Amino acid sequence: MNRRESLKAIGLGTLSTTVLLGACNTPDKTDKTAADAKPEAVPGRQPYEVARENKLKADTFFTDHEMATIAVLADIIIPKDEKSGSATDAKVPDFIEFIVKDIPDHQLPMRGGLRWLDMQCLNRYNNAFIKCTKAQQLELIDQIAYPTKAKPEMQQGVAFFNRMRDLTATGFFTSEMGVKDIGYAGNQPNKWTGVPPDVLKKYGMEQLQHDMYS
Amino acid sequence: MEDLQIKKSGTTYDVVIVGSGAGGGMAGYVLANAGVKVLMLEAGPFFDPAKDSLQLKWPWESARRGASTTRPFGDFDAAYGGWEIEGEPYTTKDNTEFYWFRSRMLGGRTNHWGRISLRMGPHDFKAKDGLTDDWPITYDEVKPYYDRVDRMIGVYGTVENLENEPDGIFLPPPKPRLNELFIVDGAKKSGVKIIPGRGSILTEALPGNKDRGACFFCGQCGRSCKVYGDFSSSSCLVIPAIKTGNLTVIPNAMVREVLTDKNGLATGVSYVNKDDMQEYQVNAKTVVLGASAGESARILLNSKSAAHPGGLANSSGVVGHYIHDSTGSGAGGFLPQLMDRKRYNEDGVGSVHIYSPWWLDNKKLDFPRGYHIEYGGGMHMPSYGFGFGMQYMNGAVPARDGKMKDAGGYGASLKDDYRRFYGTQVGMAGRGTAIARYDNYCEIDPNVVDKFGIPVLRFHYKWSNEEIKQAKHMQDTFEEILHNMGAIHGGKQGPETNYGLEAPGKIIHEVGTVRMGDDPKKSALNKWCQAHDCKNLFVVDAAPFVQQGDKNATWTILALSMRTAEYILSQRKKLNV
Repeated sequence: MNRRESLKAIGLGTLSTTVLLGACNTPDKTDKTAADAKPEAVPGRQPYEVARENKLKADTFFTDHEMATIAVLADIIIPKDEKSGSATDAKVPDFIEFIVKDIPDHQLPMRGGLRWLDMQCLNRYNNAFIKCTKAQQLELIDQIAYPTKAKPEMQQGVAFFNRMRDLTATGFFTSEMGVKDIGYAGNQPNKWTGVPPDVLKKYGMEQLQHDMYS
Repeated sequence: MEDLQIKKSGTTYDVVIVGSGAGGGMAGYVLANAGVKVLMLEAGPFFDPAKDSLQLKWPWESARRGASTTRPFGDFDAAYGGWEIEGEPYTTKDNTEFYWFRSRMLGGRTNHWGRISLRMGPHDFKAKDGLTDDWPITYDEVKPYYDRVDRMIGVYGTVENLENEPDGIFLPPPKPRLNELFIVDGAKKSGVKIIPGRGSILTEALPGNKDRGACFFCGQCGRSCKVYGDFSSSSCLVIPAIKTGNLTVIPNAMVREVLTDKNGLATGVSYVNKDDMQEYQVNAKTVVLGASAGESARILLNSKSAAHPGGLANSSGVVGHYIHDSTGSGAGGFLPQLMDRKRYNEDGVGSVHIYSPWWLDNKKLDFPRGYHIEYGGGMHMPSYGFGFGMQYMNGAVPARDGKMKDAGGYGASLKDDYRRFYGTQVGMAGRGTAIARYDNYCEIDPNVVDKFGIPVLRFHYKWSNEEIKQAKHMQDTFEEILHNMGAIHGGKQGPETNYGLEAPGKIIHEVGTVRMGDDPKKSALNKWCQAHDCKNLFVVDAAPFVQQGDKNATWTILALSMRTAEYILSQRKKLNV
């Protein structure tokens, strides 16, 4: 197999990856019938995986209020800046809704944590978190976003916010927008010839590499 | 099901092979190319990496962003199966923790494996310390087969002339990534030798092979390769063997037992077809098991008859005993000096770029044998888990303004931290020799069957102090290397976790359940992997291993399977099988 044939085999050269991979995607349906229908064969996927995923997509876990709270929190954690959009621009809440169904261990801490947050706000500001002013929201978040200086009575909030921060970051930086932001430059055919010379030089690693590979 | 009946084939194949992984694949390839009519039974579906690989998909093309919910090594990983399979349980006893990884698919676990391709050395076949049984064969007897596997399949590496880390016939190795150069530097200061990795990936086109493409450096070997640029049994052995016209594969065929006649010779196998749930029997002059160390032992122990009351090939009673997996313990951290690093594509290959062969003399240590270290790190494709635990990192180093800041946080400065820390992480993992012991074993659970009604395996396995001390040594070594490379250590494992020693089965190098040997009272197979008790029965997976070194098993499985397949050919000529 020469290089041109190789590229053809992986779907490049004749088709763009998006077209090829898009064709392999499972239908993005959210109606109930998707879960009931016999799953279509998907290359590289076992039938049970396709059926399970269709069912998860058809199910709903978070309430509208919970989803609205997640959206506000996600954008507090990852806001829009000069380089890229916010967490909600990257559809992070949709990812969080899916992942808690996929990994049920997230469900209780997320649901309970959201409620904990609302109760804190209700007691302090007489409102649910999303109804509070921006200043009130941040005043509360400041007490749970910094694990080493948070007060002992806020530890449950710290645990919740750590999880929320993790899921938001993962959801954002695995989105198309986030991968572009982080500058990941791979996932494409190339020839790896080692660390670029200017980088080798910057970190003073030229001699070490030379000694090992000459 | 009242019309349940066994469908018996009228055909008698020359050879039936159970399993399509490294062992079954190689045997099928050699035999089919020699004109022998082969039937191969695989317990999972047909899998061709060219069509079925999830290579080059982006994280957002997975609803779970590559999380390991249904596949233990992530949503794009090639393995169909894992440590748990619905309807196919195994059990443990005496508080054993054992995990049995099974890939039910054409090519088995070779579709997703790490491609680390190490030869066992002379002292692995015959150890100097006398602690374990010798193999009935020496390195010199296996060497020609290793050489041929190297040429046939391709492996990168460098000639190092190390006594117990034999060199092969190598393609050029990939150069190290930046993080790996820091590791080399830190290891050097710690007195730990690092050499270029050895992996079965075509860093250049394989001379004389027109069916496989050269590696294009996406680093995704674990997803299996659409251009066959790395070694999978499916792409490199079974599919080419099918093209000879001499090998037929029946997928989704779950073997129950080997059938024998009144003289105790094998006549074929019985299996259940997972597609139609019907029962079948096929006939063959020779039966070859390559179903994996665990599954081949299970099949033999379930193949009881008047001639073989304790299970087939088990008059010695050793089948299932001496199971041993590699030891494993790991550590990680990040390199503050790599923050804000320049972006470029450093995917490299999907196997190790560098590694440390065992470098010490056991005379000065409190445990026998040793381990190798695999290293990694760099600017990888983000997937589920990316960014987790930032609160453990961003309070440990100065922010852009040079001042320390509180760990955790949110907002623009947090978002910037993910960028700053990207590509700074490093990881290392030890893989060591575990001693093969009679007392560690798998057996048939007297009470439990799987969904096909096949009695399941029950494991009894304990690590000994030797293995725990080895893990402690790994943790001390990792700490020193991380310190000497200027990394911030993610945390050291202590006695409360047995120094991070993974439960047996977790490293997926389990071997030794149907051991070979010259003495039929102490071994199940002779030195050709032929059953002492049944001359037309052979085992070609990792079950025949007497004692594994710290080397990953695959390259030795391939060499031994090739050797056994050629022995079968020679015996066929003499009309012995």
